[in-house]
Amino acid sequence: MHWLVRPESIRKLWIAFIAILALTVVAEFFVESHPHFGIDALPAFNAWFGFIGCVILVFGSKLLGMWLKRPDDYYDE
Amino acid sequence: MTNDMMLHPGLLLIAGGILMAFVRGSARSALAVIVPAVALFMVWQVGDGIFGRVGFLDYTLEFVRGDRLARIFGTIFTLMALVGGLFALRQESRIEVPAAFVYAGSAVGAVFAGDLITLFLFWELMAVGSTLVIWAGGASARAASMRYLMVHLFGGVILMAGITGHVVDGGSLTFEAMKPDSLAHWLILIGFLINAGAPPFSAWLPDAYPEASWSGTVFLSAFTTKTAVYVLLRGFPGTEILIPIGLYMVFYGIVYAILENDMRRILAYSIINQVGFMVTGIGIGTEMALNGAAAHAFAHIIYKALLLMSAGAVLYRTGKRKCTDLGGLFQSMPLTTICGTIGALAISAFPFTSGFVTKSMISQSAANEHMMIVWLLLAAASAGVFLHAGIKFPWFVFFQKDSGMRPKDPPSSMSWAMVIFSAFCIVVGCYPDPLYAILPYPVDYQPYTGAHVVFQLQLLLFSGLAFFLLLNYLKRTLTITLDLDWFYRVLGTGIASGLAAGTSSALAASARGLAIRLGAFGVGLYRHYGPTGVLARTWLSGHMVLWVAILLLGYLVLFYVPD
Repeated sequence: MHWLVRPESIRKLWIAFIAILALTVVAEFFVESHPHFGIDALPAFNAWFGFIGCVILVFGSKLLGMWLKRPDDYYDE
Repeated sequence: MTNDMMLHPGLLLIAGGILMAFVRGSARSALAVIVPAVALFMVWQVGDGIFGRVGFLDYTLEFVRGDRLARIFGTIFTLMALVGGLFALRQESRIEVPAAFVYAGSAVGAVFAGDLITLFLFWELMAVGSTLVIWAGGASARAASMRYLMVHLFGGVILMAGITGHVVDGGSLTFEAMKPDSLAHWLILIGFLINAGAPPFSAWLPDAYPEASWSGTVFLSAFTTKTAVYVLLRGFPGTEILIPIGLYMVFYGIVYAILENDMRRILAYSIINQVGFMVTGIGIGTEMALNGAAAHAFAHIIYKALLLMSAGAVLYRTGKRKCTDLGGLFQSMPLTTICGTIGALAISAFPFTSGFVTKSMISQSAANEHMMIVWLLLAAASAGVFLHAGIKFPWFVFFQKDSGMRPKDPPSSMSWAMVIFSAFCIVVGCYPDPLYAILPYPVDYQPYTGAHVVFQLQLLLFSGLAFFLLLNYLKRTLTITLDLDWFYRVLGTGIASGLAAGTSSALAASARGLAIRLGAFGVGLYRHYGPTGVLARTWLSGHMVLWVAILLLGYLVLFYVPD
């Protein structure tokens, strides 16, 4: 089994990933920013905005998919 | 004039492509690289100004107009033909690469066209070239290539009607910025937007491009939509309606790509998504936004071609294109995995890749213009790009479950093409100044600020978190998603075949009626004149004599009847 797909490697990758996520939020306090609108001045704005945006996009797509999905041979004669 | 024509990089590509159709072997391979390389060089020999004036009917055509906007698009188109030609060296179809060069050459011709008639001529030639590239994809691509051609000929008719109206209204034939203030200008705008993949004509792109061969799709991704971006940049900068149209395209691409199973259709939807960013930038219309749209078109052609090359390499080696059939390929295709991932990071605008230094110009110009909703939607869309293309494509193709397949990396010509474009993605991302220097307007923008890097990393990495947490909801199924092309592929053909069936049954009914009447007539004829008919019977001589006697008797009676 390739080392990258072993369960213990995947667990380590998750730990590293979460650490990096935390780091990007902390780093925000060490950079000089110039918010334009106010909403983007909220703490960790880009983190939660990106996360929520993706959740909405995924579930919105699922909803649309329920209506518009067809078997992939739909157009085959 | 002749000298000017000799220097036309687009005509060189077209002539080179046609020549390539007639040669084989190493001569052909040499042409595939030398012709676009020379064309790229010639793009930079076109100075500012008008060259190659040609009289046509009552008009003077300006065959070549050199300026900064034309040159940046000419540069990326010829570069694309060069690296695409390298990638496609092993393509066995004799039509595809020559057609791709005619297609690329006409795109170059369109961006250098100084007047609307020349633009239109190259515009239509692009439709022909690209249709041939799709058609060369094999039997399964034929129907899609015809649907593609129909859409583009329809777009061409609308564009021509618009140009004619513009000239009749007393407009100049020179192609320059206009406003959607008359029917003619609206028609021109609509003709441009159909090629950009704007609603309601978006479906032609994911319908047709993924049907081309493993190398054909790479060429197709570059020219048609980006020529449309170019004409919008020159013809309709700052046209506000383009902002909602662009934003619609951005989200359309994300949603459909999330639902898609075919790896190249995922990437096709994401072309519309990326062109949406450019169209939005053109709608915003400030110098920075227009620079951003041009720069993003440049970066986009490279990373999208790279993504489709990695998908093409997988298709070339495995013959499979559905995410449900793929997975685990990173173990045996490390180079393809790395190159595909670099392309995926670049399309997501990850720091130190080309997308980061180009797309951000568009969002920043929205912020500078205090367009909060536009800015927020662009930010959400950037997160969505990482979701649908940045992670989804490499994850489902190269990682996820192990498909059990162990294909090798592709042959060296394909690998080199991927490595060259990967290098472009990173070099442009780390050192954007040369790209900024050739943009249409002077650049006053610094992409690498601490805040920009940190905020972009937050946005993207938390989108990545959302992807892996929601992985169960993103599992691929053997489905497609209906689009507005349903109206011409199912409803339209349904109505047409219904009409055809109605007509033919009416015809059949009247034919049946006629046959019955003709038949009855025939039966009547037969009864009287047939072998047993009254008029064909052999009569006895005795009857004959009797009847003659009766006739004579009648005559005698008539004779003696007194007057």
